[in-house]
Amino acid sequence: MTELTSLGIRAIRDGVARGDFTAREVAEAFNAAVAGASALNAFIVTTPDHALAAADKVDADRAAGRPLGKMAGVPIGMKDLFATKGVQTTAASHILEGFTPEYESTVSQNLWDAGAGMLGKLNLDQFAMGSSNETSYFGNVVSPWRRGDGGNTDLTPGGSSGGSAAAVSARIAPAATGTDTGGSIRQPAALTGIAGIKPTYGRCSRWGVVAFASSLDQAGPMARDVTDCAIMLEAMAGFDPKDSTSLDLPVPAWAASLSGDLAGKKVGIPREYRADGLDPRIDAMWRHGMEWLRDAGAEVVDISLPHTRHALASYYIVAPAEASSNLARYDGVRYGLRDLPEKAGLQDMYAATRAAGFGDEVKRRILIGTYVLSAGFYDAYYNQAQKVRTLIARDFAQAWEDCDVILTPTAPNAAFALGEKLSDPLAMYLNDVFTVPASLAGLPAMSVPAGLDDGGLPLGLQIIGKPFDEQGVLDAGLAIEARAGFTAKPEKWW
Amino acid sequence: MSVDKTTVAKIAALARIRMGDAELERMVPELNGILDWVDQLGEVDTSGVEPMTAVIPNTLRLRDDVVDADPLTAGGRREAVLANAPVAEHGFFGVPKVIE
Repeated sequence: MTELTSLGIRAIRDGVARGDFTAREVAEAFNAAVAGASALNAFIVTTPDHALAAADKVDADRAAGRPLGKMAGVPIGMKDLFATKGVQTTAASHILEGFTPEYESTVSQNLWDAGAGMLGKLNLDQFAMGSSNETSYFGNVVSPWRRGDGGNTDLTPGGSSGGSAAAVSARIAPAATGTDTGGSIRQPAALTGIAGIKPTYGRCSRWGVVAFASSLDQAGPMARDVTDCAIMLEAMAGFDPKDSTSLDLPVPAWAASLSGDLAGKKVGIPREYRADGLDPRIDAMWRHGMEWLRDAGAEVVDISLPHTRHALASYYIVAPAEASSNLARYDGVRYGLRDLPEKAGLQDMYAATRAAGFGDEVKRRILIGTYVLSAGFYDAYYNQAQKVRTLIARDFAQAWEDCDVILTPTAPNAAFALGEKLSDPLAMYLNDVFTVPASLAGLPAMSVPAGLDDGGLPLGLQIIGKPFDEQGVLDAGLAIEARAGFTAKPEKWW
Repeated sequence: MSVDKTTVAKIAALARIRMGDAELERMVPELNGILDWVDQLGEVDTSGVEPMTAVIPNTLRLRDDVVDADPLTAGGRREAVLANAPVAEHGFFGVPKVIE
């Protein structure tokens, strides 16, 4: 019999529908894989019973001849940023430790309605702030990948959706949810050799997703391949009146429409992304990507996105500003941690609670955000950053006159060692240099595995699309996937 | 622009995060590193450019003018609202006394 944990979304769903195996067998296989992988620290809590209950319902539906959903029988990992009713939801923070939502996020509910089950809540960078999964209160996530030098250095799975990336690449979950504010789906997907897509801003409801930077946050799937991403995104997306920025548009049949034939399509190569000091291995992979897309029938054209070099600085003002406002809600009154020193008044309680409940990176970003929004600095920092953001979005709008999708590397490097960049916040921020511009412009973008570097670690390519054109992004992703022939997976050591 | 320890203490107070001397000292160079780097935005000519307010054009909707139109976000859920409160008393959130 096929090893069930080797299967992805489509193979599981179709296998269950055909009766090759039951949803319960699949859930049991993945539950066991999760239980045996605690060394990765990918999960904050596991929920084997949730996975089994969902599976039993699918098996019963099938036996009764009832229609099955898009994700029927597929147990997934849920990033611990989505509120799940009755299951602890922490955003990997101490301040939300023990928080047990009374409601279900729209995206997770959509997935359960489509027949998926939950293996557990996945670890992440605290409040999704980080690019290496080293800021979690619940410890680092360790990548299942190891360098090909025979050493046992612990590597980062990327971040902030590091638990999601580690779980999918280790084959302990066939797919997982991620969220992406400045690259938190795409960068970890690239670093662990899996696929992940951030849709157009507004496709997936933010209702019930712990807020980081509301004008940037978007949920999306992380899975083994492009087809699985298309299927899962269909299940996650959709209009939600409870999110005022939700797009009131029908969800296209992305999976059924997938086509790797790019005849007549133009692929833009932004010259500003070829920054000085681009790692030659990354550059070589990028050139392979261009060749693959040409082979798929596309024309590769040179484009310019002139404000690219200011994107990161704009992001690191806008995102902390929004975070400082969003995270004001953690005050020790309504939910989560309360630290009430002896004889403390209300204000002291707020300050003590927040001091004890937030990690260093979260505090750093709240302080930056508070500063750039404060009287006297608002115009110089926040307003200027939002104007630069307008220019960055305008650059893309201009580029769409010359191309249909844009191809870039996903990250400037392969996975680095845990601890390697932690002491320098700026060096860490630079990991998002290629992903942040699309976030600032609200565009759909995905990372697909492209190959291994000479150290045996995965590298990803990023495809950025026009607003609402997830199809164009997925199609180009499929064309790369078909040609990259990426079959590498981490050797099990955990 | 750069910040000194007094300024960081003021920001921390605005952000309601208690910070001791050692933590403030540590934050000063870290914040200055980030602020020096974002100062580059000053180079960009943004004259005549409107600050972004929405990444994807969208219109804000009005919900139906009906009481409790959506049961998930409606009223009458006091117990659910208080369920995660560190201290809940008599159907309210409990806080330290604020009036002498």
